[in-house]
Amino acid sequence: MSEKPFTGAVFYEYLNEHKLMGSRCKTCGEVHVPPRPGCAACAGSAVEWVEMSGQGALAAYTVIHIAPTAMIEAGYDRNTPYCTGVVALAEGPRISAQILDVDVRHPETIEIGTPLEIAFIERGEGAARRTYLAFRPEK
Amino acid sequence: MKQRRLGRGVAIVGAGMSKFGAFPGLATRDLFVDAFQELLASVDKGFNPQEIEALYIGNFSSDLFEGQAHTAPIMADWVGLTPRPATRVEGACASSGVALREGLIAIASGLYDIVLVGGIEKMTDLPTSRVTDTLATAADVTYEVPAGFTFPGLYASMATAYMHAYRATPETFMKVGFKNHENGALNAKAQFGQRIADIMEARKASAIRKGRPVPTWSDEMDFLHDDRANPIIAWPMRLYDCSPISDGAAALLLVSEELARQFTDSALHIIGAGQASDGATHDRPTLTGIPAARHAAKMAYEMAGVAPADIQVAEVHDCFTIAEIMATEDLDFFPAGEGWKAAEEGRTARTGDRPINTSGGLKSKGHPVGASGAGQVVEIWKQLRGEAGERQLSGDIRLGLTHNVGGTGQTCAVHIFERR
Repeated sequence: MSEKPFTGAVFYEYLNEHKLMGSRCKTCGEVHVPPRPGCAACAGSAVEWVEMSGQGALAAYTVIHIAPTAMIEAGYDRNTPYCTGVVALAEGPRISAQILDVDVRHPETIEIGTPLEIAFIERGEGAARRTYLAFRPEK
Repeated sequence: MKQRRLGRGVAIVGAGMSKFGAFPGLATRDLFVDAFQELLASVDKGFNPQEIEALYIGNFSSDLFEGQAHTAPIMADWVGLTPRPATRVEGACASSGVALREGLIAIASGLYDIVLVGGIEKMTDLPTSRVTDTLATAADVTYEVPAGFTFPGLYASMATAYMHAYRATPETFMKVGFKNHENGALNAKAQFGQRIADIMEARKASAIRKGRPVPTWSDEMDFLHDDRANPIIAWPMRLYDCSPISDGAAALLLVSEELARQFTDSALHIIGAGQASDGATHDRPTLTGIPAARHAAKMAYEMAGVAPADIQVAEVHDCFTIAEIMATEDLDFFPAGEGWKAAEEGRTARTGDRPINTSGGLKSKGHPVGASGAGQVVEIWKQLRGEAGERQLSGDIRLGLTHNVGGTGQTCAVHIFERR
């Protein structure tokens, strides 16, 4: 079976199916999330898809009050701020994601190192529906 | 890493900049002519601009800001320098730091003897939300922006990582902004050239004029803690932690070392240059510093044969206050984790032992992104030549450094200058 191309387009196709996928180098074992068509560690050309467990920890975060256009359209603004951050995945790679279920009114209470689990945000209707990557504190 | 040397020496013999600010009705070309005219006047022994052989122009995104791409030939045309080769250089907010490096390499290679390096940006025609969107294109649009990250947000996340690692607080960041406004108040080219205390008085006067309740801030820190006066942009970065949206241009005249004395007896010799790249912010092993800045600084110090302690004045890329603190560590002025203490102790003030951003920095002077790197060099030009007026550092200032970051550190250019 030929694998789907290791592109951003396919990464988001998988995300729409609620799968966080990366590429693993068949030569050196390096995992890239997001995926890459070649290995950036050893320059190997043979890579395969690998699904992440969805476990991770908060490495850095911010609570955004002045939002970009896309987030304003999603309902956020200075009165409705949101948390976004960098998540260190259990498998090693790090990725940017919105952080849900944290106290955005008291950002100083959000703790780096907090164990997180994956969550998925759906925005848009019909053909425009798209899944966005998010994490929330582990229950 | 192999130690690199220039094929031959290169010196700066002229420098100029427009005022930075919000200028409705002025396009980048108008601002560039302004910077160019000041440059011409700055060449001590006079200069015929027709001797310029090529132009390198730093510009991040006139495409989106002004609806105008292909800006370098327009700049060449507006200062009467066509048909000389004019090349646009894009490295986000490090565009003109990289343009300087390209000009340096072009002369060092022997191809040209005299090169004009410029930086331009016109940001204030767009509403803030579209400026935010445009700046975000310097990050990874596919993988960082969908998470809701803005540019202030990316630096703010580095700030939380830094606070967690080293116990710094948002108050430290406020003190960096306070310090840069103190410096910018002495710079006529600054967009927000007022001390925080002056801004507070102006706010009070305005409230009285409008018959509104007069704010009762006890001091500057009280003002900076006020959510209304200093709103959160991306916690912990507040308005006064963020450089403004600006228009501006800067220009530098580079010549081969052997020609320098034809133009001036106090040229700035570019003795060190480094540039480095990196991936997306999330993909870095550490978020408490900028790895590309460390790489670029190491290259520049090695080429120059000087140590961090030798640098007498530095203009660093304080697009956000956290960025200035990280810069002072990435440049090895202070050990990792100690930069915030040095800022608290006033060591980076104009009167401190390690003056940083005597111009007011991007925070107070303004940050027309593609012009900022060349603008930093204009300040070093003035400080090393004793022409910085009220903000002039005391003593014999001979060695300066600029640190210009693109994005959150996907690009960094560091240069070291010596007046001989």
